[in-house]
Amino acid sequence: MMGSIDPILLIASLMVASTPILLAAIGELVVEKAGVLNLGVEGMMIVGAIAGFAMAVESGSPLMGFLGAAVAGAALSLIFAFLTQVLLSNQVATGLALTLFGIGFSALIGQGYTGVRPPPTPKMDFGPLSDIPVIGPMLLRHDPMVYVSILIIAAVWAFLKFTRAGLVLRAVGESHDAAHALGYKVVRLRVLAIAFGGACAGLGGAYLSLVRVPQWTEGMTAGAGWIALAIVVFASWRPWRVLAGAYLFGGVTVLQLNLQAAGVAIPVQYLSMAPYLITILVLVLISADRRRAAQNAPASLGRVFHASS
Amino acid sequence: MLKLERRPAPSRLWTAATPVLAVIATMIAGGLLFAALGKAPVEAIRTIFWDPLFGEFASYSRPQLLVKAGPLILIAIGLSLGFKAQVWNIGAEGQYMMGALFGAATGLAFYPTDSVLLFPAMVVMGAFGGFLWAMIPAVLKLRFGTSEILVSLMLVYVAQHIMSAASFGMLRNPEGMGFPGSRNFQHYPAAFNSELIAGTGMHWGGVAALGAVVAAYVLLTRHILGFHIRVAGEAPRAARFAGVSPVLLTSICLGTSGALAGLAGLFEVTGPAGQITTDFASGYGFTAIIVAFLGRLHPVGILLAGLLMALTYIGGELAQLTLNLPSAAVQAFQGMLLFFLLAFDVLANFRIRLVGSKSVKGAGA
Repeated sequence: MMGSIDPILLIASLMVASTPILLAAIGELVVEKAGVLNLGVEGMMIVGAIAGFAMAVESGSPLMGFLGAAVAGAALSLIFAFLTQVLLSNQVATGLALTLFGIGFSALIGQGYTGVRPPPTPKMDFGPLSDIPVIGPMLLRHDPMVYVSILIIAAVWAFLKFTRAGLVLRAVGESHDAAHALGYKVVRLRVLAIAFGGACAGLGGAYLSLVRVPQWTEGMTAGAGWIALAIVVFASWRPWRVLAGAYLFGGVTVLQLNLQAAGVAIPVQYLSMAPYLITILVLVLISADRRRAAQNAPASLGRVFHASS
Repeated sequence: MLKLERRPAPSRLWTAATPVLAVIATMIAGGLLFAALGKAPVEAIRTIFWDPLFGEFASYSRPQLLVKAGPLILIAIGLSLGFKAQVWNIGAEGQYMMGALFGAATGLAFYPTDSVLLFPAMVVMGAFGGFLWAMIPAVLKLRFGTSEILVSLMLVYVAQHIMSAASFGMLRNPEGMGFPGSRNFQHYPAAFNSELIAGTGMHWGGVAALGAVVAAYVLLTRHILGFHIRVAGEAPRAARFAGVSPVLLTSICLGTSGALAGLAGLFEVTGPAGQITTDFASGYGFTAIIVAFLGRLHPVGILLAGLLMALTYIGGELAQLTLNLPSAAVQAFQGMLLFFLLAFDVLANFRIRLVGSKSVKGAGA
């Protein structure tokens, strides 16, 4: 029975299945590194999903769709930024509001788009490289967004590790009071980080509606945004571990879908639970090792910054 | 230039006034949104907020108010205890489903019986189901330090799949000709949660909601535990020194909110919903989060907020029928309300001072 699952195809589809959460998680990583906890990932993702879908359908170009999704995600995240950074609202409550609003708002603008087919996203052309046995079909026959998502990971990693701006961002996340005393613009930097997170979540959502599924249904993110939040914790706020985490979850998702298709004697519903249960399990394993879990968490995460002078 | 100055304690006046301001702002913004959708804004707002109570179909829609407000208030009261103590249970939707499942399964296990003990037993099992589901994040948080936000939310999706599995498997109506879904409690009098006073929409869920409001009020204003909850949220370090046990507090907050959500689920499945189906979940668990905040985490506030949110549900359904407004509009509307509320909260926590640009320079020098 397991023999009917081809490992090459499994890894290829794993990369596609992981990309939405990968994109959302790397965006949230930057936000959290700046000391902000945005629980609105799910809401930004689903608005990105419908905005990207609508843009792609109306313009006929998937590229326009992805751009529109990034803009929509960033725009929505700016509401969160305004509330938490300017009006100093509670980040947990505001993030929840963003998710609740995003789910309703996306369903509202998505009314006319159920059952519509989006324009297909073309695959990258690597020429003869795509024909290399094993590696070709496994890694080199994807759509551009799969590679873009990996490039974003690399860019975030390099930005945080090697650039001055990255260092300032981390300083703001560790101690906003100290960073403020040094003259860094805490609020401005955090707003930028939040907008980047929103754009990434939007891209992730659009990848769902344009490539992975590809169609629009209400509530189609089904917790992907929350899994992305869990992956940031799992990755202990390190970019490459986000990649590992996302691919692990993608693997579980693809495997359970394959098992469903192979007709295993477990009811479909129990297989569908697997990604959520494994998320919980992984969170428990990570947080059980408290010393390591606390090591990388930004010290100012979720705290309200109010410059008194 | 405007400058925010933190108040020593939140202003009582503004704390009470912000929900009202938020509702007004939401009506205006909602009107603009409806106008953008090509609907007459004033008419849409009137259909949502006025017609359910005083319009021509009011005799039908007024009882619905209590039917919808009951579960919202019941769940929100539980959530508010945790939110006060900074324990974030956002998986009430899952606990609501598990309560419905446990209670319904108990009732169906004894089918057909006419024992008067059946319904109380189902109520207990419903509360227990929700409690059990909420204790999973509680235990994981206390034992391993796992985020209760993520675990409780993940468990909503798990509960959803269990619900679906139950309506296709264990609890499927054997006389249902193969359709998914359990037996309908309407045809099972001993287990049916009927209207207590005909035509009012008041069933046992509404009674339980009122009871929860009173109990929470007494707890928070008269009991040491309520004081501990408040201290733990506002000054965690002080709470530690005062001997408040975080283990006990987290368990109580999560356990109580789970049990109340479970109760809400039980009363819903045995009453208005009638049966376990794949689409039993209706989002009450999430809307209750808005209700809790809109009610300022205060029992009486939650009572009023629950009624208002119930009104938007019914008004939304009415607007769907008469104005062809999409059902999702109400969801967006409710989310917007929470945004405005959080935004206006700045007035309760801060004083806004107008600072001349000169004095800013002077302060810097």
